Amino acid sequence: MAELNSKIPDGPLGEKWNYYKEHAKLVNPSNKRKLEVIVVGTGLAGASAAATLAELGYRVKAFCFQDSPRRAHSIAAQGGINAAKNYKNDGDSVFRLFYDTVKGGDFRAREANVHRLAEVSVNIIDQCVAQGVPFAREYGGLLDNRSFGGAQVSRTFYARGQTGQQLLLGAYQALERQVGLGNVKMYSRHEMVELVVIDGKARGIIARDLVSGELEKHFGHAVLLCTGGYGNVFYLSTNAMGSNVTAAWKAHKKGAYFGNPCYTQIHPTCIPVTGEYQSKLTLMSESLRNDGRVWVPKSREDAKAIREGKKRAEDIKEEDRDYYLERKYPSFGNLCPRDIASRAAKEACDDGRGIVASGFGVFLDFGDAIKRLGIDVVKARYGELFPMYQNITNEDPLKTPMKIYPAVHYTMGGLWVDYELMTSIPGCYSLGEANFSDHGANRLGASALMQGLADGYFVIPYTVGNYLADEIFTKEIPTDHPAFVEAEKTARERMTGLLNTKGTKSAEQFHKELGKIMWEYCGMARTEEGLTKALGLLKDLRESFWKEVRVMGEFNEFNPELDKAGRVADFIELGELMVLDALKRNESCGGHFRVEYQDGGEAKRDDENYRYVAAWEYKGVGVEPVLHKEALNYENIKLQVRSYK
Amino acid sequence: MKVNLKVWRQKNNKAQGALKDYAVDGVNPDMSFLEMIDVLNEQLISKNEEPVAFDHDCREGICGMCSMYINGRAHGPLHGTTTCQLYMRHFKDGETIYVEPWRSKAFPVVKDLTVDRSAFDRIIAAGGYVGVNTGQAQDANTIPVEKENAEKAMDAAACIGCGACVAACPNSSAMLFVSAKISHLALFPQGQPERKRRAINMVDQMDEEGFGNCTNIGACEAECPKEIKLTNIARMNRDYLTATLIEE
Repeated sequence: MAELNSKIPDGPLGEKWNYYKEHAKLVNPSNKRKLEVIVVGTGLAGASAAATLAELGYRVKAFCFQDSPRRAHSIAAQGGINAAKNYKNDGDSVFRLFYDTVKGGDFRAREANVHRLAEVSVNIIDQCVAQGVPFAREYGGLLDNRSFGGAQVSRTFYARGQTGQQLLLGAYQALERQVGLGNVKMYSRHEMVELVVIDGKARGIIARDLVSGELEKHFGHAVLLCTGGYGNVFYLSTNAMGSNVTAAWKAHKKGAYFGNPCYTQIHPTCIPVTGEYQSKLTLMSESLRNDGRVWVPKSREDAKAIREGKKRAEDIKEEDRDYYLERKYPSFGNLCPRDIASRAAKEACDDGRGIVASGFGVFLDFGDAIKRLGIDVVKARYGELFPMYQNITNEDPLKTPMKIYPAVHYTMGGLWVDYELMTSIPGCYSLGEANFSDHGANRLGASALMQGLADGYFVIPYTVGNYLADEIFTKEIPTDHPAFVEAEKTARERMTGLLNTKGTKSAEQFHKELGKIMWEYCGMARTEEGLTKALGLLKDLRESFWKEVRVMGEFNEFNPELDKAGRVADFIELGELMVLDALKRNESCGGHFRVEYQDGGEAKRDDENYRYVAAWEYKGVGVEPVLHKEALNYENIKLQVRSYK
Repeated sequence: MKVNLKVWRQKNNKAQGALKDYAVDGVNPDMSFLEMIDVLNEQLISKNEEPVAFDHDCREGICGMCSMYINGRAHGPLHGTTTCQLYMRHFKDGETIYVEPWRSKAFPVVKDLTVDRSAFDRIIAAGGYVGVNTGQAQDANTIPVEKENAEKAMDAAACIGCGACVAACPNSSAMLFVSAKISHLALFPQGQPERKRRAINMVDQMDEEGFGNCTNIGACEAECPKEIKLTNIARMNRDYLTATLIEE
């Protein structure tokens, strides 16, 4: 059993990263030209890493499955990006951002990583502004900030409700600049289908050209997986349709440990499910909770009347409304963190007080904000969100409260990485949402963009150099090497297997079934009984998938059905691991809520027995993986019960 | 509700394409247009027929991947909307709906409704950026930007690169797309040092890709899902003209 070494540098918390940078090995410019780096995924983490490494002089190959790197799902992030600039003079600091992030993650993240994240957060804003990212500004011409998602200071930078889009376009433009200069070779509409490992080190990938269908072999001295999260394991989520776990899962099967797979973020403010045909759930930015008040009727009778269309929100008198977040969490109220707000919504609906036909929905009401600020201010503040909501639901939130319900949004778990962002396979790195590292058991709002860009712009350029400095004598390995040939064969056999099954059910149908199992048993509330049952259901689903799936079309052509089937097959295997992880973690923390472990509805951690990262080692399909534990040591902050009351 | 579709089917770039008839029953008015196509595809698979290939990803109107020409209009009948944000309540029960790919020489068809828009990436690579390496930036608040300009820049930067402007234009001009990026960066102090060469390089690349010229028709602005304004084209022309005059 390999020892998990997180490689956290010695020294006081605030000096670790500087110490690391000052002592990391360097690669001389003429050697950088000989070193090739493969970057898979072009979201915030991937695009920023590919651009920055190319600027440094490495030869970079970047891959994305979309038709352009600009379409990665980071583009959909709405709210903002945190940075400890303290431009508002309201008492923010690197330490506070660090502390809030560790606490927000329910004390399940690594201190050293999170502190580094808070340190480089300020550089990210500088870099993005220099690139021309159009952040919101005040009349004086300087940058505006807002308070966001459970923070008591205003440290969130934003570009209307399109912050992710603008940050991604900044990184994409930097990437395209390097493409134009010939330093990056871009492979759009390419999907990584295997990782190539030679003598224990990552040495390349097998990628499928999604247009021609052909398999290609690519060598690299290092491979960076920046492939995003796996929320689509639930079928319905706020992720893009193409978001998938395939690249990360292939690395996991080749020896990269998977960290904390059960930590899933359910976002409280999404548009509720309306029917079977639904393909995705749409997020309404968390910023709406700054002015919106969440409520359900106090009585089940009123709720039932609303569900049946006999009453409207406006018919419920003020004293008959239960503003349950304000009631339960008076100090944070509607701004309490996502996991807590989501669970409270579920509790209200389970109590029979949901207000949409399915029973699963609550109100988000702007009535008071409109009275206080006037309709024009509210309209300006949430400019593009209200029309979007109205377009989807056919209801005007300026006239009647929004209806919302929690939906799967982000996965804190991911490939286990050390302080250098290296997975347990030397030379294979993981950045952004694809890794497990910085958010513990729950991510705070506006922290995902920060982490993606921190990893890509400011962490990996140093840490990958520390590895590549020892690789300067490694010549490019020809792709007729047996390891490449073998990996290509594995990928080809898996895909032809899918095509030849010729069953009766589409991949989409299997995906929906998978989603239902995951949401029911591994969603907002988990029990030992349910998880145990889910393990059996998932095994059956996996077996039936490989007997019953029907994939139309051919191998050597543009075939989105085949792409989808491959991803669903990997999601089913991942689902089994998530359920196992949730079953073995006998505590509640952040996004992982085990019904057996609670204090009157609040998550009850067990620091004595579960203050560790669960890193799972793959042992084969249907074989129980091996659990490795990385103890989490808190030297700079005191563990406490996370209270927002 | 029920709709009758006429969908463009084309095996690949070399094959001949044609419109094919499909009927989709049990359509819910709250379905998005793409969810209706999902239903069609499930029907096709159950009949052992190949599903319709189409580009889509975020399904919330921001990634710019979806791209259908519906009843003769880019992204369909609704103003300021991407295909994925178009809902079936905007169609009539029993309506016949034509669904085609973007049509432009510079956007070759990959399969069915999917086209190749990599020309847009090459235009950005030619100059659609501020040439600043990571780590070179000064403190963000040392560059004040007039709020009005920041807002205008954001309006232009909202472009999602879907290509509806090209599809809508009888000349297949990409000027709205190119000018949106040129405007976004020209309105910022950070964009000034490269302003002239950016205009020249991006416009040259645009021409090389085979996009047509602008003849002030305005279909691009009318069909843009993000309501990018024609005034951007005026700004681009000004920058391009200034740049070429000074270059002489």
